[in-house]
Order: sequence, then structure tokens, then C-alpha cells
Amino acid sequence: MYKKNKSVKILLRILNGVAMVIVGIIFCLPFVWMILTAFKSLGDTILIPPKWILDELHWENFAAAWQSGPFLHYIWNSIVSTVGILVLQFLVAIPAAYAYARCSFYGKNLLFGLTMITMMIPSQLIFLPIYLLMSQWGLLNTYGALILPFAGSAFTIFLLRQSFMQIPQEIVDAARIDSASEFQIITKIMVPLAKSSMVTAGLFSFISHWNDYFWPLIMTTNDTVRTLPIGIAKLREVEGGVAWNVLMAGNVILVIPILILFFVAQRQIIKAFVYSSK
Amino acid sequence: MKGGKKKRKILPYFLVAPSIVFFLVFYIYPILYNMYLSFFEWNLISPTKDFVGFQNFKSLFSSDEFLEVISNSLIYMGTVVFFTVIIALLLAVWLNKNSFIHTMIQGLVFSPYIISFVSVSFVWMWLMDVDYGLLNYFLGLLGFEKCQWINHPDTALLSIILVGIWKLVGYDTLVIIGGLQSIPKSIYESVAMDARPSWKTFLQITVPMVSPTLFFLVIVNLITSAKVFETIAIMTKGGPLNSTNTLVYYIYKVAFDYFEIGSASAAGVVLFVILAIITFFYFKILSNKVNYASD
Repeated sequence: MYKKNKSVKILLRILNGVAMVIVGIIFCLPFVWMILTAFKSLGDTILIPPKWILDELHWENFAAAWQSGPFLHYIWNSIVSTVGILVLQFLVAIPAAYAYARCSFYGKNLLFGLTMITMMIPSQLIFLPIYLLMSQWGLLNTYGALILPFAGSAFTIFLLRQSFMQIPQEIVDAARIDSASEFQIITKIMVPLAKSSMVTAGLFSFISHWNDYFWPLIMTTNDTVRTLPIGIAKLREVEGGVAWNVLMAGNVILVIPILILFFVAQRQIIKAFVYSSK
Repeated sequence: MKGGKKKRKILPYFLVAPSIVFFLVFYIYPILYNMYLSFFEWNLISPTKDFVGFQNFKSLFSSDEFLEVISNSLIYMGTVVFFTVIIALLLAVWLNKNSFIHTMIQGLVFSPYIISFVSVSFVWMWLMDVDYGLLNYFLGLLGFEKCQWINHPDTALLSIILVGIWKLVGYDTLVIIGGLQSIPKSIYESVAMDARPSWKTFLQITVPMVSPTLFFLVIVNLITSAKVFETIAIMTKGGPLNSTNTLVYYIYKVAFDYFEIGSASAAGVVLFVILAIITFFYFKILSNKVNYASD
């Protein structure tokens, strides 16, 4: 009996190891392959069997990707729109979350319900009317079209409301006795104590919009405010077929900031995304 | 003092007003306007919109292309959700440990979820390249014939589904791990005298205990996969032969390539109905969850 248990244990251990290798390959290999391809010469990308060890790193692929379009401009647009969304979301969400967490007013549940319902409405459902609206307002090809539709974030409001609710009433009362205004209560007490929720909401917003391809694609017809994902997607349209090494180099440029961020703040990012639809 | 009280009464409305304005303009109005547009024929340029009643819906549902789009979307949603949840459940049970290596694999499995769909699409397109792709090279090593992946109508949708699962499964895994960790250990101890995990405890305790989480994931994944756009726009453009054309991509094409705003809006209403049904179930489950909590 004891012996059987032991062999079962060894078998389980082997299975565990095999599973780790398989899962590791499935989830690592695409990234490894992307980076490896990005450093190959065009001739090496179509070698069969593929080359796994490179004798030379072709950095010029990155230069080629970089020079094929206004990439600095794309990156700048990505930064402006993601940061713009982030700032505006907080400006809108902090007061709203404070009201939902700390005030009682007529129609509160209705308005909060409306807010929560917007979480279930993906931008893929409403892009056409918003496109028409933006075109009417003359905002196509401007940062406005990329930023304004995301100014209201139900997720950010929800998260901040949760943390504002946990702040003890005594602190607020004490501040009121010291004749602090509502504005001071929000900026001096609520926001500093809700820092971790703000990081969570901020990471979620930043990563989602940094990665977004759909919205900038719809709202732009020229390069004025086009963001990095659009620029990368355009790399494919180089004359004479796809240069996979250059395309992968471009993708490395797009992915690296997020992977570094993930490496630095893995716990918070996982928390942000796993929380986001709960 | 009295003035202060009055001020406090209207203050909350000022605080929530900006958010409500944004939600009304960018969520509620678009949904309603989309419904309105679905009853008109309009090419985006002409100054007038012609009211056509349900004509847009009638022509949509009598077009083979659109019916195929619906079926593609439903197949995509169903297959992605089914496999993602099952694989994630197995991964979660396996990875639900706090050792360094397990946490690392959790992070690795999750990483595709936060990578841009653009990069994911390109990498998989390259992996699935028929002549020089790594996947066909491996198939060749194992003695199989080359697969046509996204180049053939029979395999294209399946290839897109594969990418969808790969991107989503890590998210589900971590959500399920969260669910597993909230199961009280005493339940296992009271049922199984020898606390060794087995298929029996897995099916009799683990699955029922995480079933609310699984239901929740099914709903969320359905919504996520109903939105699928990037893989299709980048990898297949809906082809070959319409085999990977799904709702969002179809709406996008009809609106911006054919300028048939009425048809695109009508297709948008169909997507809305699908999402509304899913959301309805979501709130039903949510209210059940609340019942559990208060019991």
C-alpha cells in the first residue's frame, strides 16, 4: 500500500513537470518567437528548419520599423490619449464616487444603476453613433475623439466608491469640525486614503487604452492622432509582401512597455484586471 | 447653518453630474440613436435619411452573408467560452498553490491577456504561416501534413478561435483561483478523511463550490468574445469566403466600406439584443449570488 502511494506520487510529480513544460511552451513560445524573429535577417526568417540560435542580432529591423512611419508621433499620440483618458477619468470619477459613497440624495440608486449598466456596453456596440457625433462636432482626427468617450469610467467610479466607503466617518467628522470644505475632504482625506484603488483603476485604464486598436481605427482617417497599435498594423502594408522580421520588431516596441509594467507591478495589474468585471 | 444644509442637498448632484453627462452622451444616447438609425436608409453623405421601417432587418435576415456572420459569431462565442472555461478550471486547480514556480506560471498564463490584440494577432499570423510558420514546422516534425490555418475556409474560424482562447484563458484561470481560495478548507476536511485531492473531491466539492464563479465567467467571456474584432481585422479580414466574418467586423465593413449606415445599425441592434440577453442572465445570476450571501 505504502509502496503504491509512493509510485503514484512519483508519477504525479512527472506529470506535473510535463504539464509545466507544455504550458510553458504554449505561453512562452509566441513571445520568444516574436523577439527572435525581430532580430533575424529577412533570409533567416524563412529558413526551414528555423534558426533558434542567432549568430548576429539584426538591430536594423527596429530601425526599419521605426523609420517606416512617424513612430515617435504615434508613441506621442498613444501617451497623450492614454494619459488624457486617465486624468479625465479621475477628474470625473472622484467627485461622483464621493457622492455615491458618502452622500444620500434622491435618485442615488437610479443614477448609480445607470452608471453600472454602462459597464456592460462595449465600445464595439456604440462606435457608429459616436463616430457620427464626432464627425458632426468636427472632432474626428483629434484627441477629443480618442479621449472624451472614455471620460466616464464606471469601473473607476465603482472602485473608488468602494474605498471611499471604507474610510471611517470619524475622520470626516473631525475634518468638518475643523471647518474643512467638501472639496478639502475629497482632496485631503478621501483621495490619499484611496491610493491603492486609484493605482488599480489607473493601471487598468492605461493598459486597456494603450493596447486599443479598435477605437483609434474608427476615429481617425489620417496620422494626426493615430496611436501606436495602428502604426504597427500599418507595418504590414510594406511593398513586396510581409517582412516578418520588421513587423515583429514593431510588435516588440508595442509589447515591451506593457511587459515591463507587468514585470514591475504584476500583483496590482492582475488585481486590476481580475477585479474589472466583477 | 441652514444655507449649508441646502448646499449639502444639491451638492451630490453637482458631484455626479459630469459622469452622468458623459454616460448619457457616450453610452445611452448612442444605443438609442443606433436603434433609430436602423429604421432608415442613409449613405453617410446624403443630407436626408429615408425611413424604411423594418426593411433593413428584413434584408439582413434574408441575406446569406449576414446569417453566416451570425452563425460564425455564435460558433466563435460558444467554442471560445466552452474551452476557455474548462481549460482555465483545470489550470486553476493545478496552479492554485503559493510556490514561486506556480505564481510564475500564473503570471505567464495571464500575460497574453494584457498584450495588445494587434501584437497577438500578428504573432499568431506568423506562427500560422503555411510555408514558414512554426506551427506547420512542428506538425511536420510530428509527421502531419501542413495545415492551411487562416488560409482555408474550413480551418480559418478555428484558428481565430484558438487565438481567442489563448488570449483569454489566463484571465479565467486567475478568476477561478480567486474563487478556489475562498472555499473554506473545512469543507474538504469534513468530506474526505484523507485530505488527498482526487477526481471525486474535484467533482463533488470543487466544481460545485466554484460554480458561481464559472457562471460569472461564462457570461463575461460571452461578452468579450461577442466583441471580437482585432484578430479578424488583422488576420483574416473576415475571409476566406466570409468564413471568419463576425458581427462587429461586419458592422464595421458595412458602415465604413459600403456606407450603408441603416444596415450597419440594424446589425448593431442584433448585437445589442445578443448582449442584452447575456446581460439579463448576468444580473439574474448576480441576484442569486446575493441570495447566497444573505442566507
